[in-house]
Amino acid sequence: MAVLIDKHTRLMVQGITGREGTFHAKAAAAYGTNVVGGVTPGKGGTTHEGWPVFNTVADCVKATGANASVIFVPPPGGADAILEAADAGLPLAVCITEGIPTLDMMRAFAAIRGSKTRVIGPNCPGLITAGQAKAGIIPGNIVKEGRVGIVSKSGTLTYEAIHQLTRNGLGQTTCIGIGGDPLIGTSFIDALSLFAGDPQTEAVVMIGEIGGNAEQDAASWIKAVFKKPVVGFIAGQTAPPGRRMGHAGAIIAGGKGTAAEKMAALAAAGVTVVKSPADIGTAVMNLLGTRP
Amino acid sequence: MKIHEYQAKAILAGYGVPVPKGEVIFDAKDAAAVAQRLGGGTVVVKAQIHAGGRGKGGGVKVVPGPDEARAAAEKILGMNLVTYQTGLSGQMVRRVLIEQGLKITRELYLGIVLDRSTERLVLMVSSEGGVEIEKVAEETPEKIHKEFIHPGIGLNSFQTRKLAFALGLQGAQVAAASRMMTALYNAFVATDASLLEINPLIVTEDGSLLALDAKMNFDDNAMFRHADFKELRDVSEEAPLEVEASKYSLNYIKLDGTIGCMVNGAGLAMATMDIIKLAGGEPANFLDVGGGANAEQIKNAFRILMADTAVKAVLINIFGGILRCDILAEGLIAAVKDLGVRVPIVIRMEGTNVEQGKQMLKQSGLNFTTADDMADAAKKVVAAAK
Repeated sequence: MAVLIDKHTRLMVQGITGREGTFHAKAAAAYGTNVVGGVTPGKGGTTHEGWPVFNTVADCVKATGANASVIFVPPPGGADAILEAADAGLPLAVCITEGIPTLDMMRAFAAIRGSKTRVIGPNCPGLITAGQAKAGIIPGNIVKEGRVGIVSKSGTLTYEAIHQLTRNGLGQTTCIGIGGDPLIGTSFIDALSLFAGDPQTEAVVMIGEIGGNAEQDAASWIKAVFKKPVVGFIAGQTAPPGRRMGHAGAIIAGGKGTAAEKMAALAAAGVTVVKSPADIGTAVMNLLGTRP
Repeated sequence: MKIHEYQAKAILAGYGVPVPKGEVIFDAKDAAAVAQRLGGGTVVVKAQIHAGGRGKGGGVKVVPGPDEARAAAEKILGMNLVTYQTGLSGQMVRRVLIEQGLKITRELYLGIVLDRSTERLVLMVSSEGGVEIEKVAEETPEKIHKEFIHPGIGLNSFQTRKLAFALGLQGAQVAAASRMMTALYNAFVATDASLLEINPLIVTEDGSLLALDAKMNFDDNAMFRHADFKELRDVSEEAPLEVEASKYSLNYIKLDGTIGCMVNGAGLAMATMDIIKLAGGEPANFLDVGGGANAEQIKNAFRILMADTAVKAVLINIFGGILRCDILAEGLIAAVKDLGVRVPIVIRMEGTNVEQGKQMLKQSGLNFTTADDMADAAKKVVAAAK
């Protein structure tokens, strides 16, 4: 068991002939993912690295039976690529692209919400289900099949958490990078509800950061309904107000969205909040004990 | 991207937003002529910096005529303006806006921002203009009225009317306010703004509505379709090292501490600052070199870190996924050999080809301290900075 993707996933790549698309299509295939083809408008009918290339997502879905797409297109076309994936009826679209204008995503989400397409990202590392499949850029070699789900706004900080859980032997089920933009397709709550229904996931690591109030919303939800143990970390405890810390969404605006308020909300919801990112793995170990 | 008040007003005027007449000057000797062109009567001399709270800091003066305008401009131009937003170091004033004086009967607030939870733009107004809106939100939230705007439909007339009536406007002012709100929304969307604030939006003695102040920020990610905005950027308002870093697509933010840090990924970079603080140190900066950094970028990043004279030690924390540890080590060794080192460097790296990278650092003969994990790295770098 796992969530969102597994060995049955038929993954297509939007932007498959680009540098990033090529590199990560190969890495996904090397990890064991069933990569079925991709799209680059204008290159339909050709093959690339052995994969069939199509002009449109709809063509690709029709010919290959793809049921998930990972998007590596440049930012000006990012929102359009997500809309095209939704138009083709794909249940899952994972957008890695960083730098899509906020208003583009606002319009795209207005069109997509309520459709059958779940969007992960944009501006995210994607997701990986340990030992089965990956859609995105999370390095497969640090992941180990195990018991813990991860949901995170950050890329490399997710790798850090994965590494700690691999090193202490707990391993992971599915790791989901939800992205650092102000508007994202899958929220903490969405990801946590998926983990709630996955029997293999015994605990969840939730990594947030300054800006917005998605972590506070998640805290209320966890308190009300989520039964599995959660370890939380919030990046940006030392971030100055009013400055955008790398991610478009990581900004303390008008004194709101601080790490302190998020940590307090999570702690009040029963989440084990660690102050240090080095303590994530140990905290999960303490919650789950050492039983195999 | 932030711009000055006078630039925001020029943009908004282009979308039909009423603004006071005025001109920007860079030299005090031009002040009297501008005041004369504005009618020779009362004018307002306003410091132009990218920070709020200018009035309280002494950066805004109301004067009766051209001679006094020149005197006020002489005082304000070149002053180091300290406001609650500039920090104690303040900001040097290099431009002033001279505007016609207006007889004000009401000061209102209007703002447009993104509301993340509804995924819509929200138009907010308040009868309490001229003060910090955060304070109004805290103390008297009932005085803030909001309308959420569907991106496909846009701002409806009934929404602008609701807000106008909520502000207590009457008669022709309701239609004027509605027109102004629509113009502001159109400007926001057309320019890919990320924030638009009119504080205050004034009602004058003769009943007109004008944007007396204007604050506009833009979405950096959308600047590819606004090439003309490049010239609006005023780099003198930004920290010099941040300007330098932006040339190499490095995300760098200068802070007040003594421990420089270089990290790949924004979340890990923030977490690295946090763990430095937990270990008893103070980060000197935020620096994200990105997921796909190459040797050249590592070198530029290193040079920028070294240019900060407050830095007493450096922590390099890289989790190699796509960025391989051996490539990082190669870039670092080259940078240090090329630029020299004046402070201790602690390196923590993990991920792809980590053993190879560590071996290269060891064999370089350079004085690197390596760390096993983030906690160990933070402890070592804090000790090294003391």
